[in-house]
Order: sequence, then C-alpha cells, then structure tokens
Amino acid sequence: MADDLELRFERTVQAEARIEPRDWMPDGYRKTLIRQIAQHAHSEIIGMQPEGNWISRAPSLRRKAILLAKVQDEAGHGLYLYSATETLGADREDLTTKLIEGRQKYSSIFNYPTLTFADVGVIGWLVDGAAICNQVPLCRTSYGPYARAMIRICKEESFHQRQGYELLMTMMRGTQQQRDMVQDSVNRWWWPALMMFGPPDDESPNTAQSMAWRIKRDTNDELRQKFVNMSVPQAEALGVTFPDPELKWNEERGQYDFGTPDWDEFWQVVKGGGVCNAQRVAHRRKAHEDGAWVREAAVAHAAKQAVTKEGAA
Amino acid sequence: MSTSWPLWEVFVRGKRGLNHVHVGSLHAPDAEMALRNARDVYTRRNEGVSIWVVPATAITASSPDEKDPFFAPSGDKVYRHPTFYAIPEDVPHL
Repeated sequence: MADDLELRFERTVQAEARIEPRDWMPDGYRKTLIRQIAQHAHSEIIGMQPEGNWISRAPSLRRKAILLAKVQDEAGHGLYLYSATETLGADREDLTTKLIEGRQKYSSIFNYPTLTFADVGVIGWLVDGAAICNQVPLCRTSYGPYARAMIRICKEESFHQRQGYELLMTMMRGTQQQRDMVQDSVNRWWWPALMMFGPPDDESPNTAQSMAWRIKRDTNDELRQKFVNMSVPQAEALGVTFPDPELKWNEERGQYDFGTPDWDEFWQVVKGGGVCNAQRVAHRRKAHEDGAWVREAAVAHAAKQAVTKEGAA
Repeated sequence: MSTSWPLWEVFVRGKRGLNHVHVGSLHAPDAEMALRNARDVYTRRNEGVSIWVVPATAITASSPDEKDPFFAPSGDKVYRHPTFYAIPEDVPHL
C-alpha cells in the first residue's frame, strides 16, 4: 500500500502535475517544503526592515507612497507563504517562535544595513531582481499551494524591481554626489546579491533531492549565471559598474565570466555574524511581543460579540 | 488565554460574471476582521469585487485517497457527453 502511494506520488511529480495538500507525500518532501517555504516567508517578513528604515526619510511623498506599498507587499508575500506552510500542517505561531528564537533562517541579504537612500533603489533592482530569478522557476514547483503563492508574488515583484531601477535612473540624472551614492550602493550590494542564490552547486547537498522532487527547478549556479547575464546590460544602461575585475563577456560560452563571491563571508552571515542579524531578529521579537495585547484583545472582543449575537437571536 | 486566531479560507470574485475562486487562507479573530484582512492580503491590486471568508473548519472535502472510487460513477457514462452521439454531418445546427 505504501509503495502504491509512493509510486503514485512519483508519477504525479514526474508528469509535471501538482501535489495538493491532502495528497499522500513522503515525509522528507513535506519537511523540505515546510523548511523552504517557512524560510522564504521569514525572508519576506524580515525583509520589511531594511527598507522600512527609509520610509520616514523618503525624499518625496511620491517615493514614500511607493516605498510604503512595497513594504506592505513584502508583508503580503510573507502571509501567502505562511498560508502555504499551513496546508502542510505547520503551525503559524510555531513558525514565528522558531524565527524569533533563531531556530529557522531567512535570507542573509537582509542582515546587511541600508546606509543611504540609494540602497532602496539598489535593493529593488538587484536584490528583488535576484529574488525574481530565484522565484520565477518556483511558479512551476511541484507543490500546488507554493506554486500559486509564487505566481502572485512574482507579479508583484516586477513592480518592486522597476521602481528601484527608476529611482536609480533619477539619481543618476542628478548631481555627481548622487551618482557616487548610487555607485557606492551597487558596490556594497553586488556580492551579497550574488550570494542570494546560495552556495555553489558542489556545496549544496540538498539540491539533487529537491530537483528530483521538482521542488527546485534550476541549480544555484545556473540561476546565479542567469542573473549576472541579465544584470550587466542593465548596469551599462544605468551608467554604473559592478565591483568585479573578472567580470567580462565570454564569447565562447555566450555568457559572462565573473569572480567568486566571498563564501567565508556568506557562511559567517548565515551563522549569525552579519552586521544586522541580532538587530533584525530582536526587532521582529519586539514587534511580536508588543503586539500580544492586540491579539488577546481581538480574541476577547470576538468572544464577547459572539455572546451578544447569541443573546439577540 | 489562547491568543491564536482561527484559520479562514478566502474566496475572491475577480469581476462580475465570474465565480468566487479560492485564493488562500489567513488568520483572524472573527469574520469581520477576516474580511478586512482578506482585502489587505489578497486584493491590493483590484483583484476582486467581492470576497467570501469561510472558517477552515467548516469545509468538508472529499478524500484524495478515495479519488478513484469517489469519482468512478461519472467515469463510465460516456453517453453524458454530446460527442457520444453520431449525427450525420449534413444535419445543421446540431
């Protein structure tokens, strides 16, 4: 019987059909998905902080309204994804607890500080650009609720990337000081953006299984290369350079060659040693704990309303 | 006191003339808040003209394990489809 179920699961996945919440699935598949989707959801939620840092200091009402909408989208993305984990039997409260106790991770990119307003533009262009590269293939991931959440997210990320690029184009048309600010920001974010695709393929032990299950559709290195190829002409159009002396077109490969990210730095940030790790998690914990009375009051209000309604009926 | 809010399933009618379609779920303390949260989470870009929220516990679903026997009654009734009937090609409007 178990073999039958497993066979049916394998066939469904190989036929490019979707696995849905109440279908039988291997324990490993369920665990991998919960871990990956939760990590993704946490990234969206923590990702509100670096940009939220600039909402009150946006240089115009237009930029403030755009930034508010973008940060609100990140909250929405986190919620779509938490909703997907719950279809696998995860508990929302439990996931939040794991995040604020540091037992589940989020994307390391959000442990870097946003020092200038140009960072808002560069995050939109490069960080959201890298996220889109990662996420577009996930629209075809084998688990239905995850794929559907990714479709919604990708539609919205497109606005994020374009607003960032437009912001940078505006700054590049400004003063020399503003152009320098953009270049400085690109210099700081380029390598961390390349690290967003994860460790090199030969150091990514889970990739093979995830690809067999059709959870993951491309390897880390394939996506990283694709992102570099896409970004170089965009940088040229903008008038900035990437801080990589090895970056050059390879006629033979039909792709750009590029240098190796500092993987020691990557692992150091993953393990909690980044500039903002402690601050990001502490802020999330404080928001959760400070909001406890609101959650309690809402439950009390709902209970009271239910009683009043019953009495009136 | 437990502060965890119940789960609601959200259905959105994209525009007049279409059915409500399931879009996801969310937590809320009561139906009214569920509607407001659904508006903020699932319709930030004019995706809907109407929203339904349903307590997740109120939904009864068929079991995927019984998929074959459960839907079997319609499997062998090809005569329910118009293509089952052979009609000469020169008969119009049929």
